[in-house]
Amino acid sequence: MLERKTVDHVARLARLELSDAEKDKMAVELSQILDHIEAIRQLDLEGVEPTSHVVDIVNALRADVPHASLSRAVALASAPDPTDSGFGVPSPGASAE
Amino acid sequence: MSAEVEYEPVIGLEIHVQLKTRTKMFCCCALSFGDEPNVHTCPRCLGLPGTLPVVNAQAVHYGIMIGLALGCEIAPRSQFHRKNYFYPDLPKGYQISQYDVPICGPGRLADVRIHRVHLEEDAAKLVHVGESGRIHSADRSVVDFNRGGTPLAEIVTEPDLHSADDAREWLILLRTTLRAIGVSDVNMEEGSLRCDANVSLRPKGSTTLGTKTELKNMNSFRFLAQGVKAEIERQTKLLRSGEEVSQETLHFDPASGRITSLRSKEEAHDYRYFPEPDLVPLVVDDAMLEAARAELPELPSARAERFEETLGLPRDRARDLAFRTELGDFFEAALAAGGADADPIAVANWIPALVERIGSDADPASSKVSPGALAGLAGMVAAKSVNQTAAREVLTMLVASGGDPAQIVEREGLGAIDAQDSGLAEVVAAAIAADPGAADKVRGGNMKATGPLVGYVMRETKGRADGGEITRLIREQLGL
Amino acid sequence: MSADALDLTAAAAAAAVKAGELDPGELHELYRGRAAADQLNAFSWVAPEAAADDFNRDAPLAGVPLGVKDLFCTEGVPTQSGSKILEGYRPPYTATVVEKLFEAGATLLGKTNQDEFAMGSSNENCAFGPVLNPWDSTRVPGGSSGGSAAAVAGGLVPWALGTDTGGSIRQPAAFCGIVGLKPTYGSCSRYGMIAFASSLDQAGPLTRDVTDSALLFSHMVGQDVNDSTSLAFPEQIRLPTARDLSGIRIGVPEELLGAEGGIDPGVRESFEATLELARKLGATVMPCRLPHAPHALSAYYIIAPAEASANLARFDGVRYGLRVDGDGDLTSMYSRTRAAGFGPEVKRRIMLGTYALSSGYYDAYYGTAQRVRTKIADDFKTAFADVDFIVTPTAPSTAFELGAKSADPLAMYLNDFCTVPMSLAGIPAISIPSGLSEGLPVGFQLAGPAFSENRLLEAAFALESAIGFDGSAARSGGEK
Repeated sequence: MLERKTVDHVARLARLELSDAEKDKMAVELSQILDHIEAIRQLDLEGVEPTSHVVDIVNALRADVPHASLSRAVALASAPDPTDSGFGVPSPGASAE
Repeated sequence: MSAEVEYEPVIGLEIHVQLKTRTKMFCCCALSFGDEPNVHTCPRCLGLPGTLPVVNAQAVHYGIMIGLALGCEIAPRSQFHRKNYFYPDLPKGYQISQYDVPICGPGRLADVRIHRVHLEEDAAKLVHVGESGRIHSADRSVVDFNRGGTPLAEIVTEPDLHSADDAREWLILLRTTLRAIGVSDVNMEEGSLRCDANVSLRPKGSTTLGTKTELKNMNSFRFLAQGVKAEIERQTKLLRSGEEVSQETLHFDPASGRITSLRSKEEAHDYRYFPEPDLVPLVVDDAMLEAARAELPELPSARAERFEETLGLPRDRARDLAFRTELGDFFEAALAAGGADADPIAVANWIPALVERIGSDADPASSKVSPGALAGLAGMVAAKSVNQTAAREVLTMLVASGGDPAQIVEREGLGAIDAQDSGLAEVVAAAIAADPGAADKVRGGNMKATGPLVGYVMRETKGRADGGEITRLIREQLGL
Repeated sequence: MSADALDLTAAAAAAAVKAGELDPGELHELYRGRAAADQLNAFSWVAPEAAADDFNRDAPLAGVPLGVKDLFCTEGVPTQSGSKILEGYRPPYTATVVEKLFEAGATLLGKTNQDEFAMGSSNENCAFGPVLNPWDSTRVPGGSSGGSAAAVAGGLVPWALGTDTGGSIRQPAAFCGIVGLKPTYGSCSRYGMIAFASSLDQAGPLTRDVTDSALLFSHMVGQDVNDSTSLAFPEQIRLPTARDLSGIRIGVPEELLGAEGGIDPGVRESFEATLELARKLGATVMPCRLPHAPHALSAYYIIAPAEASANLARFDGVRYGLRVDGDGDLTSMYSRTRAAGFGPEVKRRIMLGTYALSSGYYDAYYGTAQRVRTKIADDFKTAFADVDFIVTPTAPSTAFELGAKSADPLAMYLNDFCTVPMSLAGIPAISIPSGLSEGLPVGFQLAGPAFSENRLLEAAFALESAIGFDGSAARSGGEK
């Protein structure tokens, strides 16, 4: 069973605000899934290369040629808090208190 | 702990270099500096849903060039990872960077071993605006994505530096090297060269490393030296008073000279690196290696060696010229213009005087002094057709309005009085006649007494006479 | 003409338009009317009335209307990926695959609902309400491309685009009695598909029959400079014509038909009947082994959530989409925005993926899963030395009732037991309807080696003709 403090840590890493009830439920559900997954950790995988790509390609490179950029208006069109010049955000330094 | 323990600083550097490509690392937006905010963005570098990165071939090429210039092993196969963390300047919530297999492995520049060089993308710029007048945003920042996605090479050294000044000197050499190969503007003020320093102390003679701290983002060579010096002092004080250095990230404020801790302990970093599934492995083949090698000019360290060994310059002068590419270039251009007769040491000796007159950061190539003029002047001094004092005056005139040194000497009447010119002998005779007391002292063996006699001749000849020649004539006429 | 036109497959409709027998504007209006009156919640957005010159009659797809899964970016048209966090989002660009289909003459009829960010097997994880199965509106259409599958099966659109990460085209195709093709990974560009799991996501067609599948797919394939993981398909995609399966060896993997798969009797019966048909068509049916296939689901439920946890980090309330203000600080804005914008299943997978990548667990989970993935791909390679195709039931059951599994994530995940192995191996697989079980469609899955799509489509075509499945009941109201 996942410990509550692990759930807290992971939720913080993932930037997800979860209620206490959600965290409790999450601990149970994730534990069930992890228990099921546990079987693969018993397999003998000594010397097996990990696969992160199934495609057999290398060096998909592009030429260093500029294309037109978006206008600022288009770039900012979907921004929740646009300013005259950019994307507004709460200052990282601001405290929660 | 005894207060007498001597500590040796151990310093390693982590340098971020913005590559001088035309476009960003993973998209086709043009690179820019100082433009209006958010005018160089596209769906990719804004991290819009559904977009995918595509690697800029030129950035890879530059990465290989850096590796070769730093004597690194080039990895035949490397890959990109995702480094995950949340920050407004990071549009995807992860930075694409290289992790376990960087493009360049171990290498060396001068006395410092290179640990690795890897490619990654730069973050965007976060501008703090403070009071904005909006109700909900009393403390607000604005993100400008122009810089976001600029190609970066991160160069990590081994902890082979042992003083703040060494660190500064080495960083200057690195900058020159990178500038010489043309992969970056390497301008610290503009942020195309950024340096973090890892600093630790150990008792002299010990080989184990102490706890290190990381000094972030010192944006000039001077601040790097000051910051490292201050951190060495801070750690020395801590250790001498029996306290421990804690591993943390620090900020050096050059204005106050103070060092402050940057990161709160609240969150330990967990970047959850994993292979970037949107990109395929990077395989550097022979053709790519050859293309990079072919573009490498002579590197500053090799040039310094050549200046020293082939041209016979003293080590310090050789380095001064070679480690500033524009000085080395001007020096070599002057040598070439001077032809077979040009004496490298004589020409090299005139570069500092030139630099002094045009400003220490200026490129002599864009001054009014042509390389040929400098070689000519050096040649005239060596041939004693003009003396040092006059030559300095000529150089000042060359810097002001250019021209041919021989013509200036002619026009201004600054030429040395020829040894064969009987006129000089007459002036010397007049000097002896005017100061018989001094002449007697010289006759008596007091060579210091030639001073007033030489001074007389110099005054009369407006400084054009050669000092050695005057002394010779004095001795001759006094029968010594 | 309406009733007749509704019975035409997309290929037949395109042919009729080209022959001048059918007006593409009328065809569009017929489907637009049906889509607008959609009782299945299959569409998240339906196109406005089109002008006559919007149709390219001479292009290969001749203006035939197309449904597009919501997660494909469509310029200026809502693209929400079934998520509240993207509610109302209109991207400034169009996905490559959609662009290619427009160029081939397809006309956008609407965007179809899906499980949020393609995470789900029932379409109940949709911020805009569940999609209903046209065969029985108390049942789910499958997921995550449930809107596309329901719309095609229900006769609301001739054909549609979906995406498949672990079964998201094949399983809803099976539940809705239509044809779903998951192509070889890399054969269609992912550019503009809002990512779930980058190393697994593939676009593919959901169609009434195999010919339509081949036709739509033939205009989707191709390498795209915007997607580094895309590659050039080695051959032209042809419309299938095979009448039999003579000389074809079909492998039945015992591992996927065993206890853990929990295959329903009705599904097994239909599967066995289809195998019998295959024999009659000349195929050799034989057992084959995929020793690691039972572990595919475990590997998948590490790899996919891990990649997703990074892919969904960009939804942070800064550049687009929902923002929920926090307490004035950045972290609480992030955490609240994401808490409010993501549904429970997405949160669960983000948590799972973040955990699997976090410090200390990477090797145990992600590293292990990647190695299992290698073994699974090797298993298929070994098996394909002896057989041409591997067949399984697409899903262990027919469409289940709404809410039946939503409280048990693990039970829901087991739906993907037979489809996930092919996804991990990156190989193509197609689901065709093999009949009805208690009035609900059953899917039959054929998988082949990478790039075997032409042969796969031929075999599916021959089987389809022999099966003679009639899906018209779902188009004419669909109540059983």
